[in-house]
Amino acid sequence: MMARLTGLLGREMTLAYRQKSELIQPLIFFVLVISLFPLGVGPGPQMLQKIAPGVIWVAVLLSSLLGMERLFRDDFSDGWLEQMMLSGLPLYAVVLVKVTAHWLTCVLPLLLISPLLALFLNLTPAMYVALLCSLLIGTPLLSLVGATGVALTLGLQRGGVLLSLLLLPLFIPLLIFATSAVDAASMQLPYNGQLAIIGALLLLALALTPIATAHALKISQN
Amino acid sequence: MLLSAGFCAVHFVMNCQPPNRLSLSLLSVNNLSCIKRDRILFEELGFAMQPGELLHVQGPNGAGKTSLLRLLVGLSLPDSGTILWRGEDVRRTSGLYQSELCYFGHKLGVNLALSAIDNLRFWCRMQGLPAGQDLYPLLEILGLVGLEELPAGQLSAGQQRRIALARFWLKSCPLWVLDEPFTALDRQAVKLLKSRLAAHLQNQGIIIMTSHQSLDFPMPVRELHLEYRL
Amino acid sequence: MWKWLHPYAKTERAFALCSKLLPWCWGGAALGLTIGLIWGLAFAPADYQQGDSFRIIYLHVPSAILSMGAYSGMAIAAFIGLVWQIRSADMAVAAIAPVGAVVTFVALFTGAAWGKPMWGTWWVWDARLTSELILLFLYLGVMALYQSFEDKQQGAKAAGILALVGVVNLPIIHYSVEWWNTLHQGATITKFGKPSIAPEMLWPLLISIVGLGLLVAALSLYRLQSEMIRREMHRPWVQAMYTQQEGQ
Repeated sequence: MMARLTGLLGREMTLAYRQKSELIQPLIFFVLVISLFPLGVGPGPQMLQKIAPGVIWVAVLLSSLLGMERLFRDDFSDGWLEQMMLSGLPLYAVVLVKVTAHWLTCVLPLLLISPLLALFLNLTPAMYVALLCSLLIGTPLLSLVGATGVALTLGLQRGGVLLSLLLLPLFIPLLIFATSAVDAASMQLPYNGQLAIIGALLLLALALTPIATAHALKISQN
Repeated sequence: MLLSAGFCAVHFVMNCQPPNRLSLSLLSVNNLSCIKRDRILFEELGFAMQPGELLHVQGPNGAGKTSLLRLLVGLSLPDSGTILWRGEDVRRTSGLYQSELCYFGHKLGVNLALSAIDNLRFWCRMQGLPAGQDLYPLLEILGLVGLEELPAGQLSAGQQRRIALARFWLKSCPLWVLDEPFTALDRQAVKLLKSRLAAHLQNQGIIIMTSHQSLDFPMPVRELHLEYRL
Repeated sequence: MWKWLHPYAKTERAFALCSKLLPWCWGGAALGLTIGLIWGLAFAPADYQQGDSFRIIYLHVPSAILSMGAYSGMAIAAFIGLVWQIRSADMAVAAIAPVGAVVTFVALFTGAAWGKPMWGTWWVWDARLTSELILLFLYLGVMALYQSFEDKQQGAKAAGILALVGVVNLPIIHYSVEWWNTLHQGATITKFGKPSIAPEMLWPLLISIVGLGLLVAALSLYRLQSEMIRREMHRPWVQAMYTQQEGQ
């Protein structure tokens, strides 16, 4: 079964490579949103450092929503989803593969350009390390919960705005803990507590969301 | 009836599941009913299929043909009734049933950004079929040679459907379910597919399909008429 | 035997059950709310610190409790619908959501109105108000998802899953917001301690909680009934019911 699942992962990677431009757009959006803030609130380094954790995480949430539909939308409309459901593979495993692929292709690039943000928003090295940790643990959570949201809105013609409406309230705890970790780092306080909570949320999501997503996918086929 | 149960044991020995003694047919459908958008499409539908049989589902648009096929393969759940495969409820076989069927639906499952050969290769890997097998002879049969590296989005509708139909050459399994397979195919492709279907029946396979064309098969065809109900 | 399991019988029986429960709910709600509110608003003693402005708790607290209660009710219905595939439970999710959203809105509004004399401003990012606001967003999400589906059966199932996801999230949101609030607590010092409440204030509060609870139940059942009729318009049992009513 592992070989079949890695086959699926391979397909996602090939597809992502063929559709590079679609992947780059949310990235540009992300950098754009971040650079709007110095223009909006003024370039004072103190001020930027103060708002940076919130700004970065809100921008991450928004730009991750842009690429979220990639998770299942195409598969649903071209019928590949049906073929996956009829492959005899357990659906939650398929969901996990899709989420992994989504994280690798849509979210990992965000992490890779994050040093740029440290420059833009005048982060201290300690804050940057905290930011990177919170992104590493927190963003898989976005992909997992996002998959459930996308699966729920699959049967709809235009699910885009609705998707953000469903997902953003669910992301609030993550936003709170992640920004507070970076905040704590800016004050030279320990932040492993916050990271531990995000980790716990991630584990919870890992256990529950694939089941919810699989159910939602089944409903979309009805 | 008993004879045919013995038959299926002989022919599907490679599928390693001994047929349930209680059920006399490979696939049996009991009391199936389907409600869509709060409209009853059909209710208390029942039939049984023996190896080597073809069921031609007919009826006007909106009568529930596609819904029936999707219920049969397990994509959607019936509002009541059961579908038994080798005497077992298909909801309880955990993927075993799915590994013994091949489905061709309205949505082809062909990704338009991937080439024909990639589409088929990834499908084989997902199905757990030997991935190393040479796909070119098959593409030649289907008339797709020379187009295999183009993204499927650049091919015509009929060619895209040929890619999807290639699955019936790749996977050997007893149950084939096809929803309007002849649409958009040229005359040659229709002939090719029909001969493939006939060969499958000869090998004691089961076919369930919808088509608005009449099937001029040499072997007997069972028909199921669904009516449009309000 | 099979008639017992027949899907229409289920909706039909659920409908009959609603009809049986409804008068009790309406009556209890009218009684509870009248007694609770009149007692609380007119006769209960005034708070020694807050004067008469505290009386809004007779609306605020019941609606805040019921906003959570309705959400749990919705999640339970969703769970039943998911596990036992009962159509009327799926419909109940769609029926409860708007009622719950209105109650949540009332809780928010009365909370803000209470905040005006207490904090001198309509809106403060107080932990409870913020949680309540997020709860409203969750309700709106469930409603929006259900409304967007043309196939209401599919929509009700999807809304049910969302309600379940939300109910897992609700405690997490609640505690995270509370924690966030203590972290950022600056100028405002909340006066919502947990002072022991005098019994003559408590009784009307309890009665109005029960009354509002019954009102929410009654409204949900009523909406559920209309949902059943709308969705099963063409079924024999609905038509039989109407011809029977016309005959009378």
